[in-house]
Amino acid sequence: MIYLDNAATSWPKPPGVAEAMTRYLGEVGANPGRAAHRRAIEAGRIVYRAREAVAELFNAPDPLRVVFGANATEGLNLALHGLLRPGDHVVTSSVEHNSVMRPLRALEAQGVEVTVARCSETGLLDPGDVGAAIRPETRMIALNNASNVVGTLLPVRQVGRAARERGLIMLVDAAQTAGCYPIDVQSECVDLLAFSGHKSLLGPMGTGGLIVGERVDASQLAPLKQGGTGSRSEQELQPDFLPDCCESGTQNVVGLAGLEASVRWVLERGVDTIRAHELGLARRLIEDLAAIEGVTVYGPHDAELQTATVSFNVAGLEPSDVGLRLDDEFEIMCRVGLHCSPAAHKTIGTFPAGTVRFGLGAFSTAEEVDRALAAVRSLAQGAS
Amino acid sequence: MSEPQYAVVLVDSTSHALRVENVLTEGGLTSKMIPVPRHLSSDCGACVRIELHDVGRVQSQLEAAGVVFVSIEPI
Repeated sequence: MIYLDNAATSWPKPPGVAEAMTRYLGEVGANPGRAAHRRAIEAGRIVYRAREAVAELFNAPDPLRVVFGANATEGLNLALHGLLRPGDHVVTSSVEHNSVMRPLRALEAQGVEVTVARCSETGLLDPGDVGAAIRPETRMIALNNASNVVGTLLPVRQVGRAARERGLIMLVDAAQTAGCYPIDVQSECVDLLAFSGHKSLLGPMGTGGLIVGERVDASQLAPLKQGGTGSRSEQELQPDFLPDCCESGTQNVVGLAGLEASVRWVLERGVDTIRAHELGLARRLIEDLAAIEGVTVYGPHDAELQTATVSFNVAGLEPSDVGLRLDDEFEIMCRVGLHCSPAAHKTIGTFPAGTVRFGLGAFSTAEEVDRALAAVRSLAQGAS
Repeated sequence: MSEPQYAVVLVDSTSHALRVENVLTEGGLTSKMIPVPRHLSSDCGACVRIELHDVGRVQSQLEAAGVVFVSIEPI
């Protein structure tokens, strides 16, 4: 059995993650911030340590500006709906996930103007095209760190610096890179970083969020929901300070216990080490897939320019058939179709059929890659 | 009424209280998170109890670390 769907969610999880979650459920169990008894305080410590771990990983200076939510989608929605107002203009790319595109299209209907900077057919974005799209009313640039379809890395650092010089807010969707590619919110001039906890951060589902940089005024960030925070309980108005203003309702502490453990594992292993491991496997996968007759590999064809997410198609077979046969005949699990990113598929020319996507992860091995290659080779030969 | 032996550092949230506690622990000062005393606030959250004689050191450590707190009150 080979799991190659890490771009959707990572598996397996590192040692210590399930144990941390079990410990919370079995020994702590209380609600953080809702009381000050010892177990409520311990629950609060778990959440705080998770904030510290996430802040450390991305070099964010203040753990209290790490806002937790259910996933990267919630973080992205908070950033987009929270900051953009009618009349504002935002620039984004043509390889965004629907977690950015759908909020932007909804905001567009409310009077926010959206410009989509076109990426190449390999998913590469020219920073100059983003710069050319900026207007006097531009408020934000919202950019994927890497495409979830072809893995192509976008020039976040260059665009971030340009955005900073022009006084714009830089939002980065790190769903595909957090934990497997180095991210430094300070040196890359990222004002808002949305992250997923259950992908390359190797934590449980139901975790993720948004890092809010110092340049973003919390009072201007409209929360997605209002409610109990355990703070300022005498007031019926929502608190105006981070992270409470954006974290109403009881948190997913069991998930955050797991997230703290997984992020600590990533920190200990080192993002550079994980990146080097995945890079080597991706290089092998891309080169050998491209050498199979009848197989088309999408993306930049250069592992250095992408994550370890590789999209391809087999001539004569629908992506859905390839996915089914890989699972049924070879016990290889991957994802086929449009990957919640119609824009990216239109950009690379695979809309509406989509592609087959192999998502390698921190625990993928060379043997698994070789077995996957042999399986695709067999399917391609049979289809020709 | 007995003389106060403790003071509390009042903060905006439990997260802030944990930050205060971390800084004081690193600085070698004794502290304990407790519910906010009713006479100081109707808030349902936590604050950090410190020794009354440490108030000056607590204040300077928190300020040096750039930690935001609301006030320090004897209890």
